[in-house]
Amino acid sequence: MSDREPQSALAAAIDQNKRNERVTRAWLLAPALAIILAISILPLGITVVYSFLTPGTYGGVTWEFSTDSYVQFLFQRDIFDDTLVFNSAYVSIFLRSIGLALGATLGALILGFPTAYFIATKPREQRNIWLFLITLPFWTNLLIRTYAMLLIIRDEGIINIMLMKAGIISSPLTILYTDTAVFIGLIYSFLPFMVLPIYASLEKLDFSLVEAGYDLYANRLKVLFHVIVPLAKPGIVAGCILVFIPGLGAYITPELLGGGKKLMIGNMIAMQFGASRNWPFGSAAALILMALVIVVLLVNALAARRGASNNG
Amino acid sequence: MAEPMTAMPASPQPRQRRRLVRDLKAMPGFTATAWLCIVTLYLPILVLIAFSFNENRSVVLWTGFSLDWYAKALENDGIRNAAWVSVKVALFATVISTIAATMAALATTRTKPFIGQGLVYGIINQPLMIPEIVTAIATLSLFALVKKLTGLNGIGYLMLAHAAFCIPFAYMPIRARLETMTLTLEQAAADLYAPPLKVFTLVTLPLLGPGIVAGAMLAFVVSLDDVIITLMIAGPGETTLPIYILGAIRRGITPEINAVSTILVAVSVLLVMLLFIVQRRMQR
Amino acid sequence: MKTVLRLLATASAVAFASSAAMAAGELNVYNWGNYTSPEMIKKFEEKFDVKVNLDGYDSNEAMLAKVKAGDTGYDIVVPGDYMIKVMIGEGLLEEVKPNEMENFKNVDPNWVDVWWDPGRNYSIPYQWGTTSFTVDTAVYDGDVDTLALLFDPPEVLKGRINMLNDMNDVINAGLRYLGYGRCNGNQDELREVLALLSKAKPHWRTMDYAVIEKLTSKDVDISQSWNGAAMRARAQRPTLKYAYPKEGFTGWMDNVAVLKGAPNLDNAKLFINFMMDPENAGLTSNFARYANGILGSDKFMEPEMLSAPEIVMPASAPAPDFVTPCPQEVVDLYNKIWTQLKQ
Repeated sequence: MSDREPQSALAAAIDQNKRNERVTRAWLLAPALAIILAISILPLGITVVYSFLTPGTYGGVTWEFSTDSYVQFLFQRDIFDDTLVFNSAYVSIFLRSIGLALGATLGALILGFPTAYFIATKPREQRNIWLFLITLPFWTNLLIRTYAMLLIIRDEGIINIMLMKAGIISSPLTILYTDTAVFIGLIYSFLPFMVLPIYASLEKLDFSLVEAGYDLYANRLKVLFHVIVPLAKPGIVAGCILVFIPGLGAYITPELLGGGKKLMIGNMIAMQFGASRNWPFGSAAALILMALVIVVLLVNALAARRGASNNG
Repeated sequence: MAEPMTAMPASPQPRQRRRLVRDLKAMPGFTATAWLCIVTLYLPILVLIAFSFNENRSVVLWTGFSLDWYAKALENDGIRNAAWVSVKVALFATVISTIAATMAALATTRTKPFIGQGLVYGIINQPLMIPEIVTAIATLSLFALVKKLTGLNGIGYLMLAHAAFCIPFAYMPIRARLETMTLTLEQAAADLYAPPLKVFTLVTLPLLGPGIVAGAMLAFVVSLDDVIITLMIAGPGETTLPIYILGAIRRGITPEINAVSTILVAVSVLLVMLLFIVQRRMQR
Repeated sequence: MKTVLRLLATASAVAFASSAAMAAGELNVYNWGNYTSPEMIKKFEEKFDVKVNLDGYDSNEAMLAKVKAGDTGYDIVVPGDYMIKVMIGEGLLEEVKPNEMENFKNVDPNWVDVWWDPGRNYSIPYQWGTTSFTVDTAVYDGDVDTLALLFDPPEVLKGRINMLNDMNDVINAGLRYLGYGRCNGNQDELREVLALLSKAKPHWRTMDYAVIEKLTSKDVDISQSWNGAAMRARAQRPTLKYAYPKEGFTGWMDNVAVLKGAPNLDNAKLFINFMMDPENAGLTSNFARYANGILGSDKFMEPEMLSAPEIVMPASAPAPDFVTPCPQEVVDLYNKIWTQLKQ
């Protein structure tokens, strides 16, 4: 790409004056930032405050400072001598959720990238129809779709019946109520979040670059990984973020398809605001989760910057 | 819409070149994977549509064909209202979040990098980063306070809350699109002394189109599916379809819900088809 | 830009104003989802010329969180027994004195002096039932009236069990099986409960609220369940039998109450009185499929309801156990057990 320099036409045209650009930028950012600051960040402040308070009887909080919620995450007081002992329960819940979310992200990428590419290489009039076809199933509610999914992967479900009729297996595969079912369910739930951003960045792919790639590498796989994937990178990154983060907090899918025998982060946190009546701990766990996500995003941003400086 | 492909240097043998280009685009296994994707996405929907015609009360056992559940769904005020509220809220949230996200994406990609850019990304993506239940509880406390102070009530709160968490979903594809879009055309237009607004509406916006469509579709889907924030924030008469379904789980889900879902899918397909026809006409 | 802003302003003004426009003659009911008879609501609307807005929640706790935050706009809620006690304690309910209303004479005297609202100053019975479990007798034909089927299952039921995904229901059943008291802070006993649950868990296939789907799809052959759900499941799987375990089982009652600061207080009081009318209680039971605690409602109930083994308890069954809300220390311990169990 020749125009890597962040020279903006829009801004250049307005004026070369930096101040003007700053004003334009402020105006453009205003609506999104205003909505999110008012409706998401302000409540986040409330969450931070909650996490340092003491749980109220029957939910809510009592205005008494405490760091117990954070201590409780890693340690529990021994029942007999009140010393702190390491408690792996919450950590293992976090690790399992992260593992499943990572797996789902990878799975969605493996399925989603070719799909996005397929759509992007269709004739232009058809692309929006394909895009619509991808999102249409998601206009029905997730709960209902998950129930439908359940019908498909059940022991007596469509997949098993087909495999058995085809003679591939002799007894039904138990997929439902296992981690495999959760994995399939998560990929299914988040697939469009992967396909759409990748499509958005592939759609404008300049195939003269691909052609040049063939002159250099002359091998499809090499062209794919050295030319197409780097060009689609912003879309891939966006897609991975949109799948990984909601995947971490997901709990309808794990509950229904996994049989609800294991807690996920989202569920564990929701429980604190319900039957466990411990809002401060729920808030603290949520903030820990958010901190983890921010670390992931920062690492990603740093890697991107390093990659960019290497290229340039 | 301008298409760089057509701007490629003229080749000596156009026919051969076109064949070559098609080959260039093909990747082994990609088409098969895409079809696998489509089938996977639609299998549950087909099952759902099939079961909306099930005469049995169960959503898991097939016994025979009937249209009963459609009649029941249409008679059921609760489901009808819920479906309508869902669509209303999702449309409002989609429009607001897509406009806001497009503006923000332009600001973060079409101006020089600025101090605090990382912070802006962080803020825009914040609704994604925290589990819904926490946002829901905190937003609930905040809105209760605002209601007390202003005395304002109504569905506006729910719509704004939806708009907020839809923004990152709309922003991501639009930004990805802008980042891969070359600036050549915009620069050319600016070099010709086209006023900035014209550059934007005649060049940037059409080029950005696919990103905006993708973003809006994601926002719409995310709003339609939201359960927890809605459960906490919705006031009287503001039950959405997911809330209705959630409440019904303990008492058994009936195929009425499948029937409503099928109707929603059918209506959206019709609307989009209509849109395409109108578009075709206008282009002609 | 300005036009966009103006559009936004207009749109939000319309959105905020919409509910204020239709004030007088309304009643906002917040009940468990799919639990309110549409027929009964229609009857109320026609009789008093009041428009009823009906919304649903899925747990007592979600409802409480919302009500506690304030200004929900709702008039009527239908909390469970322990939640009534909590809400009275927190000052969230209006003391509407149902016991002085005209139809109070219809309330079964057994349901008047209850621990969650002694003398019924705040609430009236809505529906009541039990939480036990239901078994397919075609799969297992032995004695069903024991919790051993859940915690120490016979070979045929292993891996075929669904438990409710509910901390209290599961732990309470465990406590009963071991013969320990509810709301139990005794750490040694709770440790035994955890050991019991952990040992039984590999035999459980799922932990899910969707009891009816789990049973009718034959994903499981035995499931913890509410009696009304058991009855609905039996309609599709006739060999199911609802158990009254000798170790005991949970009883519960949902109650109609008025929120403090209800915007339509007068209509809410009309509704409370209306709900104590036997015919209206009967309509509710026919829809929700539980008993109602209003005398004389039998006449208006479907005959199958009156003979259903899930509703009519056998004389030999122990009395249902209505569990009081536990103190926070106990909830914290339960929470640890639950997290440990499901980690």
